[in-house]
Amino acid sequence: MRVLTTFLWYLLLICGAILMLLPFAWMILTSLQPATTTLTMPTNWLPRTLQWVNYQHVWQLAPFTRYWLNSLLVTTTTTLGQLFSSLLAAFAFTHLQFYGRRFLFGLLVALMLVPGELLLIPNFVTIAQLHWVNTYAALIIPWLASVFMVVTLHQAFQSQPRSLYYAAHIDGASDWQYLWHILVPTNRPIITAVAVLQVIASWNAFMWPLIMTNSEQFRTLPVGLMAFTSEQGTNYPLLMAASVCVILPLLILYVCLQKYLMLGITQSRWKGSTQ
Amino acid sequence: MLNTKPTLKSTRKALLYLAPLLIITLVFTVWPLIHALLMSSYVRYNYFTNHVGAIGWANFAYLWHDPLFHLALRNTLCLVFVAMPVTVALALVIALGLNRIPRLARFFQTIYFLPFVTATIATGLVWNWIFRLDGGLLNASLQHLGISPIDWLNDPHVALLALIVVCVWQGLGFNVVLFLAGLNRIDAKYMRVAQLDGANAWQRFTNVTWPLLLPMTVLIVINTAVTNFKVFDQAFALFHGAAGPGNSALTLMFYLYQKFYVDNQFTVAAASGVVLFCLVGLLTLLTYGYFRWQRRRLGGRS
Repeated sequence: MRVLTTFLWYLLLICGAILMLLPFAWMILTSLQPATTTLTMPTNWLPRTLQWVNYQHVWQLAPFTRYWLNSLLVTTTTTLGQLFSSLLAAFAFTHLQFYGRRFLFGLLVALMLVPGELLLIPNFVTIAQLHWVNTYAALIIPWLASVFMVVTLHQAFQSQPRSLYYAAHIDGASDWQYLWHILVPTNRPIITAVAVLQVIASWNAFMWPLIMTNSEQFRTLPVGLMAFTSEQGTNYPLLMAASVCVILPLLILYVCLQKYLMLGITQSRWKGSTQ
Repeated sequence: MLNTKPTLKSTRKALLYLAPLLIITLVFTVWPLIHALLMSSYVRYNYFTNHVGAIGWANFAYLWHDPLFHLALRNTLCLVFVAMPVTVALALVIALGLNRIPRLARFFQTIYFLPFVTATIATGLVWNWIFRLDGGLLNASLQHLGISPIDWLNDPHVALLALIVVCVWQGLGFNVVLFLAGLNRIDAKYMRVAQLDGANAWQRFTNVTWPLLLPMTVLIVINTAVTNFKVFDQAFALFHGAAGPGNSALTLMFYLYQKFYVDNQFTVAAASGVVLFCLVGLLTLLTYGYFRWQRRRLGGRS
């Protein structure tokens, strides 16, 4: 009986895993099919000869190098910028005493409830009035602060033993030195975790870059992929090859930093709201 | 230092630390929040010159009479109330299964979590290819089973269903991770005591696991509902930039996008954003209320 139930659980989990993986397998297999067999169901699942040339075509047909560099630039600058502003703010909220500390922090927590989509239109108006449409500034500057990141780091910094802070002070460390030389290194796992979450969000962001840019020059990968789709229509091997190029960097990152990602999801804002 | 009283000097110093965050948040979160509420009441608005013709309820009246908005609202509610329970239930079952096999759990978790990491636009495109009538994987498989092919992407009756499938597939992994975290937090002692008392697997689930998992479940339900309220990327990629055949998979976010980006009716779009915000808020409150009531009920029984 026990063996049977365990077997059934395994069966269920394996079937589920296959269903989850199927679209990815299909994406890769299709990307290697010759471009002529597209609109009929390929008779053999595995292409007879692997058409790596599809990937080359993708690169020739659209400026994917440019899209790639744009995505890379936007992702790194927004993530680093958010880390900088959030570390400073979380430090101030946990280690410095000032008027309105509680009020300000409460206000920030309340702001987490506001859906970003509501802000899209007024933000577009602001960006247009600043003449930032079609600039990197529009893609980067509004994302240099993250309330979610501040709240998560705030939790981590609060559990830091106070004695460490006082000891550092007695040894003559300034607040600035304490933050960068002690607080940041000792909290590296959670900092990596929030950074990974932000990298994923930035890399995959679609609606914001779609609305804030309309020239090819400033397209990020997801926007470039959609533009490529409207040009290529139903040439699925090429579309799938382009899709693989978009998701590959994050897949690699995910496999390497999975531990931190799980930490980020289970330890961040969720913890605060469950207990 | 924290054990001292705040002074003007310490406040000035803290504000320096807070400045980068506060400036960006004020300009790109607080002001737009106010601006969005204001904009939803503007009539004859020119966004570039910032000229407002009049102020009133015209935009909300427009939404009230717009059949497209009704459709978007219906579709979104359908999406939330079908995709959310299915996602949460499946995630719970998978998490319970993974909880039984701790050694392989991580491996499976990696697979289930993949859709969260990969760009929605890219995975939406594969789903488009899978759902296609001619040459799509799903119809080819159905044909093998003797079922006549269904035109998932062009039949208005099933397009929303296709979108729901994609949303469930995508949302599953995140919830599995959260449920597993919740299950890990349950003390194994409770299980052993229940077992000693002769409770079978189902009784152990309903009397031990479920009540102890409730706080996490509330969180997951709210989060999944809110995510499904804001579906846009999936639909955009699945139907190649359209909202399904004849707008049959039009969601609230897609409506907002169309009004804003295609029709240039900024104020109507802002009003629909406000409606979306209110619905999400209401749903959050209702879910909290329901689970609090259930918790009290479950607490009373034990």
